Amino acid sequence: MSVRDRRLPLLTAALLAALTTAACGGGGGDGGTAAAAGEQAADTVPVAATDDACDVASAELPAGTHSFAVTNSGSQVTEFYVYADGDRVMGEVENIAPGLTRELLVELPAGSYETACKPGMVGDGIRAGLTVTGEAATLSEDETLARASADYQRYVQSQTGALLEQTTAFTDAVEAGDVEGAKALYPVARTYWERIEPVAEVFGDLDPLIDGREGDQAEGEDFTGFHRIEQALWVGGTTEGMAPYADRLLADVQEVVDLADGTTLEPLQLANGAKALLDEIATGKITGEEDRYSHTDLWDFAANLEGSEAAVQALRPYLEEADPELVAEIDERFAATEAELEQYRTDGGWTPHDQLTEDQLRGLSDSVTALSESVSRVAAVVADR
Amino acid sequence: MTGPDDGRRGGLSRRRLLGALGVGTAGVLAGGAAGGALGRATADDAAGAPAPSPTDAVPFHGAHQAGIVTPAQDRLHFVALDVTTDSRDELVQLLRDWTAAARRMTAGQDAGEVGAVAGERYAPPDDTGEAIGLPPSGLTITVGFGPTLFTTADGVDRFGLAARRPAPLVELPAFPGDQLDPAISGGDLCLQACANDPQVAVHAVRNLVRIGAGVVSVRWSQLGFGRTSSTSTGQDTPRNLFGFKDGTANLKAENGSALDRFVWVGDDVEGTAAEWLRGGSYLVTRRIRMLVEPWDSSSLDEQQRTIGRTKGSGAPLGQRAEFDPVDFTTQVDGEFAVPETSHVFLAHPTNSGTAILRRGYSFVDGSDGLGRLDAGLFFIAFQRDPATGFVQVQRNLRLDAMNEYVRHTSSAVFACPPGVRDADDWWGRALFG
Repeated sequence: MSVRDRRLPLLTAALLAALTTAACGGGGGDGGTAAAAGEQAADTVPVAATDDACDVASAELPAGTHSFAVTNSGSQVTEFYVYADGDRVMGEVENIAPGLTRELLVELPAGSYETACKPGMVGDGIRAGLTVTGEAATLSEDETLARASADYQRYVQSQTGALLEQTTAFTDAVEAGDVEGAKALYPVARTYWERIEPVAEVFGDLDPLIDGREGDQAEGEDFTGFHRIEQALWVGGTTEGMAPYADRLLADVQEVVDLADGTTLEPLQLANGAKALLDEIATGKITGEEDRYSHTDLWDFAANLEGSEAAVQALRPYLEEADPELVAEIDERFAATEAELEQYRTDGGWTPHDQLTEDQLRGLSDSVTALSESVSRVAAVVADR
Repeated sequence: MTGPDDGRRGGLSRRRLLGALGVGTAGVLAGGAAGGALGRATADDAAGAPAPSPTDAVPFHGAHQAGIVTPAQDRLHFVALDVTTDSRDELVQLLRDWTAAARRMTAGQDAGEVGAVAGERYAPPDDTGEAIGLPPSGLTITVGFGPTLFTTADGVDRFGLAARRPAPLVELPAFPGDQLDPAISGGDLCLQACANDPQVAVHAVRNLVRIGAGVVSVRWSQLGFGRTSSTSTGQDTPRNLFGFKDGTANLKAENGSALDRFVWVGDDVEGTAAEWLRGGSYLVTRRIRMLVEPWDSSSLDEQQRTIGRTKGSGAPLGQRAEFDPVDFTTQVDGEFAVPETSHVFLAHPTNSGTAILRRGYSFVDGSDGLGRLDAGLFFIAFQRDPATGFVQVQRNLRLDAMNEYVRHTSSAVFACPPGVRDADDWWGRALFG
């Protein structure tokens, strides 16, 4: 995060008032996602996930709300996604541990989709086609945009569940004095945080508590959050004295999760958030400022990129009507940036920032600069409706 | 530190040096002709047009690109870029977009048609705004194509241009004493922005780089704050950071025949590969760090004998006034007035056998880690062929006494296409068209 970069307009007072009530009723607490409050699934579609298969019981479904019950019989943690064109996430369920079954509730209009399991939570996943039949509804621009906000809210809810679980695992390790375990969990927990940071930044005072860097605090304020513990783990090689910071971090994350689950961003905020996440990459991750002790910046890079893409893809149905050329360019540049980043994937993670050469960082920087230029034009297209 | 009798330190006597040039080769013919052409150029002082107002616009359209023989402005922002796309179409579109933006900015307008503040609220402005209210300030923007645009260092012909690379467009050879940093050398493309207001020059480069996002990536850039050459007889000769007048004997805009001979690529260019470059020129840049602390602690005599001119008037040693002809036979107290290791002696067209148009700028990039000024000359030269231009001059400077006080830290060469003729024309049309 950056305390210097606050692009997102603050939520309106009305919206803030709405969320204080909506927050309690928000879905996603079970780790799955809700299509919309009060909707009932027409059926349950079993999905058998293993380390090398992803068998969805039906390849053709009628339009409507469906429940996918994903059972992980593999040895690795997996994720399940339903994608529309351009990998727009219609619904996803994260962090399905071996032996567990999780449910994904998702509303699917008529059209062509892809399902994907991601054993090990990496790569494009094991994919299969899914055809949804029925009459395609014709939506007005405003309806399309309203749906974008709802789609993105579902995405946020899928991430907050995993964020809470992984932060809990991380803080448990810290409190247990397990330095190596905590080090391994640190970038994983941050992944879910970095994906939805535009939402978290809306709650201005929580963001610096969770993600502030040393020196960002006002006089008299304590240095807390992920980076405080990161410093202890990597510089001190210890968890000593960190238990209170772990408690505080988990409480702050819980609070932000509760607030975020009930927050619906305006379409314009989605567009600005997508750009802000790319700016985060350019100013914090390329430079190695974000994770200056652990050098796990590329984890955050990947997460920011995924979060940015999720926000843009939520707007995709609108953008495809309003500016198809821009959509094609954005697709191309997301793909180029992902390909650039992919070179640095290691077994179970990413190359540490301090092992990247200047040339490698330049390649990453160039691709993000190009992508950012394209994404910067989304907001005006959205505002121009 | 050199002593007063170091004029002969190189062991190369004046007689031998002049003899080497006098063996009846093409070199001596070129040398004699070069001296003659320059003599006429500097003798034509009275014909010099009055300098334009520093705030006026310099015409963008013309047979040649502006920023070469147009009067040297006071400020420079130079940028070298690498092309990051493999798409020829994207590159061509960028050159068209750049031409349009350059046409606008050199006229004192915003980079884009909408402007810095008139656009949509939620869209990034198409101009960055820092030049709002500033006059054109003599802004010129000059584009150049590097050897690696035609064929990468690995031999890849990315844009189908390999067959159109002019033979002279090759990386410069290594010179003795080079301390080049590859990170600030070379480049697929360059943009030279010169203006009389630094903010106008920086604004131009910044907007062109912004427009190039996704197609090009900045490789290196250099700011220059004071011109070190005059390119018109209407201009006074400025001083460089050694404190000396620089560019007294430079090629000047007023001497058309010398420019055709030494600067512009002519219609007689050999081979079809370079036809697109007719009316263009080759641009060589060298970032020359001056070791100012040892220079400042050397005696006035040492400084003058290193340069070969007086520090005050800029007159050649042994002469009275700046524009007095350099006479290498003049003796003072039984010694040749202009030492044969002096910069003027070795660089002068009479002895180098050629001439180049210099258009360099002083720079100060702060201090180095030892507290020394990181300063010098960002050398820019235009010529019709680098081999018979800069390379020939620089080879002759092997024994230059000035070498003790300078380090070349970056090097680049570019082919600058001819001028943009009208509103439908664009940079590189003849190359890509």
